[in-house]
Amino acid sequence: MALEVSVDADKCMGSGNCSFWAPGAFDLNDDGVAEVVDLDAVPEEKILLAAQGCPTQAITVTRDGQRLAP
Amino acid sequence: MRTITVVGASLAGLRAAEALRQKGFDGTITVVGAESRLPYDRPPLSKQVLAGEWGVDRVQLRDEERYGELDLDLRLGVRATGLDVAASTVALADGTTVLFDGLVIATGASPRVLPGMPDMPGLFTLRTLDDAIGLSDAVGRPGCRVVVVGAGFIGSEVAATCHRRGATVTVLEALPVPLARVLGGEMGKVCGQLHVDEGVDLRCGVGVAAVEGDERVERVVLSDGRKIDADVVVVGVGVSPATAWLDGSGLALRDGVLCDDRCFAAGSAGRIVAAGDVARWHNPWLGADMRVEHWTNAAEQGDHAAKNLLAGPDAAEPYAPVPFFWSDQYDVKIQYVGHSAPDDEIALVHGSPADRKFVVLYGRDGRLTGALAFSRPRQLMTYRRLLAEGASWETALAQEVG
Ligand SMILES: Cc1cc2nc3c(=O)[nH]c(=O)nc-3n(C[C@H](O)[C@H](O)[C@H](O)COP(=O)(O)OP(=O)(O)OC[C@H]3O[C@@H](n4cnc5c(N)ncnc54)[C@H](O)[C@@H]3O)c2cc1C
Ligand code: SF4
Repeated sequence: MALEVSVDADKCMGSGNCSFWAPGAFDLNDDGVAEVVDLDAVPEEKILLAAQGCPTQAITVTRDGQRLAP
Repeated sequence: MRTITVVGASLAGLRAAEALRQKGFDGTITVVGAESRLPYDRPPLSKQVLAGEWGVDRVQLRDEERYGELDLDLRLGVRATGLDVAASTVALADGTTVLFDGLVIATGASPRVLPGMPDMPGLFTLRTLDDAIGLSDAVGRPGCRVVVVGAGFIGSEVAATCHRRGATVTVLEALPVPLARVLGGEMGKVCGQLHVDEGVDLRCGVGVAAVEGDERVERVVLSDGRKIDADVVVVGVGVSPATAWLDGSGLALRDGVLCDDRCFAAGSAGRIVAAGDVARWHNPWLGADMRVEHWTNAAEQGDHAAKNLLAGPDAAEPYAPVPFFWSDQYDVKIQYVGHSAPDDEIALVHGSPADRKFVVLYGRDGRLTGALAFSRPRQLMTYRRLLAEGASWETALAQEVG
């Protein structure tokens, strides 16, 4: 099963950590808020690092309904 | 490895435990933490918690369910008091010892205090959630007069938040320009100007001789003899790595636990790693030893060091991050990436300081060394990537960021 990833725009504070650690998977928009772009761009481990290393716990990662992060 | 012990139950320690489980480690993970609370997040302490906007629930790093899933042997409210490397044991303050095959040192840092200053009501440092709650209660009283000692990032955030709460705030900075050692003189001035523009009394180049009061804080005496009446004094003069419990352990301590480029403590035979504010490691990105006191490093190094511990010295990978931090003051989101020297050359590449929205680059010897942004997160990302690639000054200046 593939990962399901969402970003809570209200929580995101624009650290850029996710787009730095998982480039291509996340990117910041003009408002400095992260968006999911392409989850296949990086290995799953990088997606988890991004979610667990999000300063505001704005990124949720689940697989098969089971929450993996934060 | 069957047993891994993590000392320090905060960001770096938690991230280490998570990384171990993620890598399939199914042995015992014992996490020892001096504070009795579950791991919580520190950046909001000087921001939303001090502002009275967020309660204890909002700052939890993980919910309770997650700790169950991680299957940790959590020993909270007990301090580690010693490490015996040869015997592979950590001694705890309750008289027990913990055996380990592998050890993660993540005891962070503690605030420095002013020498000779008595502990009295109204005098605060800010590191723990309890500090923040106590300070928030004190500052919430009508007409509160606050003196902040030190215009570093935490002191500046405290000043900004207290000002927003209606307190009368004075900031004292010993240096002629705040933050000059990190951001250089010109950008330090821009940061200092934020306080001035908002109506906070920023006084630079002054030291503190004494904090006086009968029962509690009443005034601050400056080195030039002048006095400032105060109900609350917050000392923000930096932090020191929490390594006292390692004295005599044989580990090399040099303003932090000295580690190699893979986060292994020097002299630990590949069985001990350190991460977060407590670790001084050789960062190959910089080509020098460094210690970083910021959130993103604690999160990333906790993860990286733990994975290296599991992999063993031969398979371990160097830890070569580009340091990054943020600070929120008034309505400005300050972000800095890199490691520049105060006398590096600078160039404004986006926006303008007058609008409080800009990006400034730092360079030295033809290389990009850092980038500072006020409320420009997307633009800063471009330079964060360039810094990771080791871009030249010329390449950085030629970049379009719109
Ligand atoms: C008020 C405040 C605001 C901040 N704001 C920002 C910000 O905006 N941006 C940013 O990038 N960074 C910020 N930081 C810095 C960031 O919070 C730290 O870099 C981060 O918390 C470091 O994590 P750590 O796990 O290494 O150490 P710590 O968070 O310091 O945790 C270490 C833990 O170890 C425990 N411990 C210490 N000694 C022992 C012992 N002997 N035995 C057992 N346990 C022990 C401590 O009690 C503590 O719980 C801020 C810090 C503070 C205090
Ligand atoms: S890591 Fe979190 S806060 Fe930072 S940009 Fe990504 S989603 Fe936003």
